[in-house]
Amino acid sequence: MDLNLSADELKFRDELRAWLKENVPRDWDEWREESLEARFEFLKGWQRKLHNGGWAGISWPKEFGGRGASLMQQVIFWQEMALAQAPPMANVLGLGLIGPTIIAFGTEAQKKRFLPKILSAEEIWCQGFSEPDAGSDLANVRCEATLEGGHYIVNGQKVWNSYGWAAHWCELVVRTDPNVPQHKGLTVLLLDMKSPGVEVRPLRQMTGETEFNELFFRDVRVPVENVVGKVNDGWKVAIGTLMHERGTFGAGLQIMYRRNMDRLIELSRTMHRNGRPVAQDPIFRQKLAQCYAEIEIMRANQMRAYSRISATGVPGPEGSIQKIFWSELNQRFQQVAQELLGPYGQIEGTDAHAIDKGMWAYGYLRSRGNTIEAGTSEIQRNIIGHFVLGLPKSY
Amino acid sequence: MEFGLSESQQILKDSARKFFAGECNMAQVRRLAETETAYDAALWSKLAEQGFTGIIFPEEHGGLGLGKVELALLMEEAGYALLPGPFFSTIALAGSVLDALATAEQKKNYLDPICEGKARSTVALLEDNASWDPAAARIDVAGDKLSGTKLFVTDAAIADFIIVTARNGAFLVDAKAPGLTIEPMKGMDLTRKIYALHFKETPAERLGPAEHRSAAGGLARALEVAATALAAEMVGGMQRVLEITVAYAKTRKQFGKPIGIFQAVQHQCADMYLETESSRSAAYYAAWALEENAPDASNAVSIAKMYASDACRTVGNRGIQVHGGMGFTWENDLHFYYRRAKASETMLGDAMFHREHIAHLVIDAAHLAREAKSAD
Repeated sequence: MDLNLSADELKFRDELRAWLKENVPRDWDEWREESLEARFEFLKGWQRKLHNGGWAGISWPKEFGGRGASLMQQVIFWQEMALAQAPPMANVLGLGLIGPTIIAFGTEAQKKRFLPKILSAEEIWCQGFSEPDAGSDLANVRCEATLEGGHYIVNGQKVWNSYGWAAHWCELVVRTDPNVPQHKGLTVLLLDMKSPGVEVRPLRQMTGETEFNELFFRDVRVPVENVVGKVNDGWKVAIGTLMHERGTFGAGLQIMYRRNMDRLIELSRTMHRNGRPVAQDPIFRQKLAQCYAEIEIMRANQMRAYSRISATGVPGPEGSIQKIFWSELNQRFQQVAQELLGPYGQIEGTDAHAIDKGMWAYGYLRSRGNTIEAGTSEIQRNIIGHFVLGLPKSY
Repeated sequence: MEFGLSESQQILKDSARKFFAGECNMAQVRRLAETETAYDAALWSKLAEQGFTGIIFPEEHGGLGLGKVELALLMEEAGYALLPGPFFSTIALAGSVLDALATAEQKKNYLDPICEGKARSTVALLEDNASWDPAAARIDVAGDKLSGTKLFVTDAAIADFIIVTARNGAFLVDAKAPGLTIEPMKGMDLTRKIYALHFKETPAERLGPAEHRSAAGGLARALEVAATALAAEMVGGMQRVLEITVAYAKTRKQFGKPIGIFQAVQHQCADMYLETESSRSAAYYAAWALEENAPDASNAVSIAKMYASDACRTVGNRGIQVHGGMGFTWENDLHFYYRRAKASETMLGDAMFHREHIAHLVIDAAHLAREAKSAD
């Protein structure tokens, strides 16, 4: 056990830190007002800059344009990005999930065709996994694809899709064989979002944003060379993608939580309760300390998990505790923030009385999604129960 | 960066698991729980033979000279086995205080016999105000004589000497010294007994150089080592309760099915797992931070003890609930762990105590440091 950075890790960190210091756009502010489209163009530009500097897709092997970064280097990357308050990258799904899936399961032609443009943000990617009747129960996918000559004809609907409105391509899970048990009849296709018959409808969520979309497919033609992995072996490919979803991403999240925590402590000095600053109120001190401690434990949990992945090579089902931990922690934290801010907590973005441009009102509402997205807390607890503790499967 | 255990750390942990499974099974724990002191001389000799009684102490005193992480791993396994008796009191508590404060001669007289397995000890901290803050001690020593009362002192009846914290420093008292009476307190934990100590003009030797009038600095760090060891011991207890509970959920049948098939039961177990693993991460991190003397070490210790204090209780609650009526019986082993959990929860500060310490560090101290910096 040695939590100090090794000489190589230090060198990597310093090089990245210096690059970020020079290159993070100074006019970036997560809470600035702009249209969704304008923001996305800005984020594409930022990703191009990272790519030119050699910092996009660092986990990818060198032969595909990455750096072959070790897991700890990836952790450092997300930490440094968060510390530098750098903008996110436009092609976040392409870089984090779909690129690695193509690298693991794709053909040589697919790798050559798709990977470079994922890195350069020239082609933006989205995912079509969930459906109205296939959320937690992903194997219940009904969106169907039937083979006609050299093409699959896709019909159906997807939901909870991010970036669909901006995407050029979609990693799509479809049912190619309805006559076999659920998991066995699925296939993963790469679908051109400009194909005739694709419709994207924004889905407005409780925060008021349209972060997600519904996708509709009517007789959309996808050439057979766009199958990833084997036909009817899509479950394996999809699960491979979802394992990446629980990867090193969280390292940056922890830093963001810590920054929010520090900000809340600052606010506790200026907000008053019972005639004194909240910072001096013994009950709030207990609550703030609890949040602070949990954010530190989140980091310790992550580091232990990363060390285990480094040793075994794959993220295991015990990653489910990270998902439960960060999502439920954020809900508790946002609640404490609301208690601390009192009536100010409810004030949204553009109101002149809003504290921190409304990030607390937004954060509170948005946090309800945390225990639902990327696998609900209930599903994560099922995974722990069955795959980690070996209890019998309940469904 | 590597947060996994090194090969030698893993070997230590595995061999400790094997050792306790062989020498301190549940039947042995139950037998010792029924005794007055929960102490077994033969078991103690075997602990010494393994070198466990000197694990973190310098080799010149007969110790193994290992680090705080190794201590945490050993304590985790001791907690897993619910090791009865004065191991925690002697090694993690008294040994750490001696190591931090004693003069070279005192170490030779007191630490060497501990490493050798020839002496047992403990630290008397609390008074009737039950404050874990060493600065709250009111008892004092005048003319090398100690008078007053200490409460909740673990394993005092089988200690050879006792370290007593006082207003004006820390002191060594021979367990057979005149004027000392040791009276059992009826604590919930049957495997680690507690006592009330009454001193009346009892001879006491100042711990550390004679010119020291306070033990504050060294004592605080030594108690942090002990708190981390305790948090690690609690992790071991949680792990065992989790395993016992999961095994039960796989075999106990209702409605013709093992109860572990029901999600209401699975999710209790999943939460036990999450709480156990998170406590482990926090305890390991605290041990490492102490070993490295990291700037956040004191905070890391409070975070570990705070989280473990709450988690140890909730893991026990869930374990008993999953066992149903069986979990409520004396016959079932869980209550021995549950009793230990409650005693450990309060020992060296409960969650509320440590949350206030964290608040002090991250709300007050951090603010003052920033202000001082901007004034420069």
